[in-house]
Amino acid sequence: MSLLNTTSEQYPDIWHKHSTKELLTRYFWYLIVVFVAVWSVRHLDIPWFYFLDAHVQAADLGSRMFPPDWDYIDVIWDPLLETIHIATLGTLVTFFIAFPTAFLAARNTTPNTIAWLIGKFILVSTRSVNTVVWALLFVAIFGPGPIAGIWAVAFRSVGFVGKLIAEAIEEIDVGPVEAIEATGASRLQVLLYGVLPQVLPVVFGTMVYRWDINIRESTVLGFVGAGGIGIELYSSINQFAWSEVSLILGTVLIVVVFSEFISALVRSKVK
Amino acid sequence: MSNVHPTVWHRPSLIENPWLRYGLTALALAYLFLSIGSLEIDWERVSKGLPRAASIFERMFPPDFSRWDLLVRGMVESLEMAFAATFIGMFLAIPLGLCAASNLVPRPVYLVARSIIVLTRTFHEVIIAIFFVKIFGFGPLAGVLTLVVASVSFIAKMLAEDIENMGPGQVEAIKATGASFFKLLLYGVAPQILPRYLGVSIYRMDANIRHSTVVGIVGAGGIGQTLSATFSRYDYDFSITILACIIIIVFFGEIFSNWARGRLR
Amino acid sequence: MLKIEGLTKAYTTGTKALNNVSLSIDEPQVVAIIGPSGAGKSTLIRCINRLVEPTSGVVELNGTNLVTLKGGALRKARRRIGMIFQEYNLVERLTVMENILSGRLGYVSFLQAFRRSFPKDDVSAAFRLLDRVGLKGYQDTRADALSGGQRQRVGIARALIQRPELLLVDEPTASLDPKTARQVMRIMVELALEQNTPTIVNIHDVPLAKSFANRVIGMRDGEIVFDGNPDDLTETELTNIYGEEDWSAEAANKNGDAPLAQAATS
Repeated sequence: MSLLNTTSEQYPDIWHKHSTKELLTRYFWYLIVVFVAVWSVRHLDIPWFYFLDAHVQAADLGSRMFPPDWDYIDVIWDPLLETIHIATLGTLVTFFIAFPTAFLAARNTTPNTIAWLIGKFILVSTRSVNTVVWALLFVAIFGPGPIAGIWAVAFRSVGFVGKLIAEAIEEIDVGPVEAIEATGASRLQVLLYGVLPQVLPVVFGTMVYRWDINIRESTVLGFVGAGGIGIELYSSINQFAWSEVSLILGTVLIVVVFSEFISALVRSKVK
Repeated sequence: MSNVHPTVWHRPSLIENPWLRYGLTALALAYLFLSIGSLEIDWERVSKGLPRAASIFERMFPPDFSRWDLLVRGMVESLEMAFAATFIGMFLAIPLGLCAASNLVPRPVYLVARSIIVLTRTFHEVIIAIFFVKIFGFGPLAGVLTLVVASVSFIAKMLAEDIENMGPGQVEAIKATGASFFKLLLYGVAPQILPRYLGVSIYRMDANIRHSTVVGIVGAGGIGQTLSATFSRYDYDFSITILACIIIIVFFGEIFSNWARGRLR
Repeated sequence: MLKIEGLTKAYTTGTKALNNVSLSIDEPQVVAIIGPSGAGKSTLIRCINRLVEPTSGVVELNGTNLVTLKGGALRKARRRIGMIFQEYNLVERLTVMENILSGRLGYVSFLQAFRRSFPKDDVSAAFRLLDRVGLKGYQDTRADALSGGQRQRVGIARALIQRPELLLVDEPTASLDPKTARQVMRIMVELALEQNTPTIVNIHDVPLAKSFANRVIGMRDGEIVFDGNPDDLTETELTNIYGEEDWSAEAANKNGDAPLAQAATS
């Protein structure tokens, strides 16, 4: 206790981390967030009594799902492959649209403001609409089937991939670009030698990353008729054929885990 | 006259081994042909696609604003779902995220928590939505639950990664003062991960707005339900209104999200 | 006050970081532990407050055997021991005041910790310590805005606000420039001896150790090979501890205190 008695000087014994003004501001924001949250939950009119026997329902569901219906694999094998194809081909199509668009949407490679705005608009709008919603549109255009699915995957991915590539383009080192420009190269040559080599690893990594996400997305496109395993899953659930459902989910799990593994592997090699 | 310099230079390829390079290219091309061939495509229907697209496009304009009350109700419901789900998800993600950090909890707990996260992230939220719709019926309850599941697993994963990336020093120092586990979390762990935790949650809020528009397609509430109906009824002029509204709201949501996350630094 | 008997730390690979180490401290003094890297200095210190689990042995602090404690009892014991780290280990995003007060976490409830409402005695002690380490007015500064020397001084305050029965210090000056290093050592030793707190300092800088310590312990390969007065630390002894390393030249280059090093070796 000697520390308290070494000098006769008085030291303050109260300390506050935030000033009163800061405290009030903090509490104000907390209150707003809580208010909106509570209002949202109440306004949604949720029948909370459903939760009372949720655990019983879940156990019942579980018992119906196991063991899975192994024979059903013959039926879902083709749709499963179709799902993978939709994801892969869709991602491929994405590249051809997203790559040029990214150059339009990047401040340092875009020719003029109008082009930049167009590029930005394309990326923002394609990103804001979910793959499934795009699928609705393309099913209306091309009819049900995998073509609608491929375009849906492609359109949604353009926004995602394009944004990341545009950001990579904007973050490149200016030095090499200036050096190439100084040699008197044309615009296209500057892009090819100065910008492209810096951006290529990101492009590749992003494409593989999006492919992995697209595998997940493609599993549900069948719900709206755009091909893939979705349609089998939907029909099995509607028929309450839970052992078929668990088989489908199991295969989806394997495919998704596998694609994640490949994606991580390729991306680590590209570093 | 002894040294003659070569006049031809080839850029070293990405893949050195020529067999591997050509092999992979051949494989890729083969895949392209086989996959397209294997798909059951009604080419006749597809060829009608472009003119159909033109006609649909025509019917989208001018956009229909007459049923704006339906639009507003649907959008508000979607936003409420997104907000409620993010709020609930943020809190539920804390225990799950803590349990999924290998440097904080014993191994069995870690493995269980990680498996939960992996399992819930594997399946698309539409699949989860269908399950909830089957169990709880149509309506926003299923939607909120779906988004809660998606939010919890996303935030928990980020949280666990952040905790695992922490340097051990600060935690060690607080441990050395004799603080209990929860006080350790409060002073040693929380200050390091709080900014990113909040940033991730705000980002998730944004993503939930996007996803809330989709779960309605399978009956889990929100604007998705309204949108799906317009397509099946060929009300394309209303479809475009709804789509435009979604794009605008998501766009502003992103701007707000980026601003808020910037302020947190 | 502190009695260590037969302390051993063996890893599953077979290497022994500590091999049957015994020492005792019976009065408030500053004990410097010197030795080459890998000698077990850091392991010894961390085994005392169980940040590293010893394999066998006894560590007795004022009558309590620290090695067998678990859970709440271990935490209660830890709050009696203050620790100062090489990398300062302050909570970067918190203010200086919060960092100092965090030394009292073992004594307050969760709610008090959460609301930052520590007892009045602790707060005035914190302000007093802040003044003593020369950081008056810095209480609201964020820790990551401080320089290395300033951070270490906050670390000293954090350790001392525990009013510890023992102070463990792990390479406090390794990341500091020579002038700041001496400043930090001076403050630390002064405050510790004022509170009659025995201090164990793990230090690689031999001249610095000799300037500030009452007693020097030399370790090599997990064992104590020297235990005595700084003045008895001859060149032969140092070679015994450090091996063929030219420790004197190394130490002189490190802190530019060439005259001091020469005097030490004569």
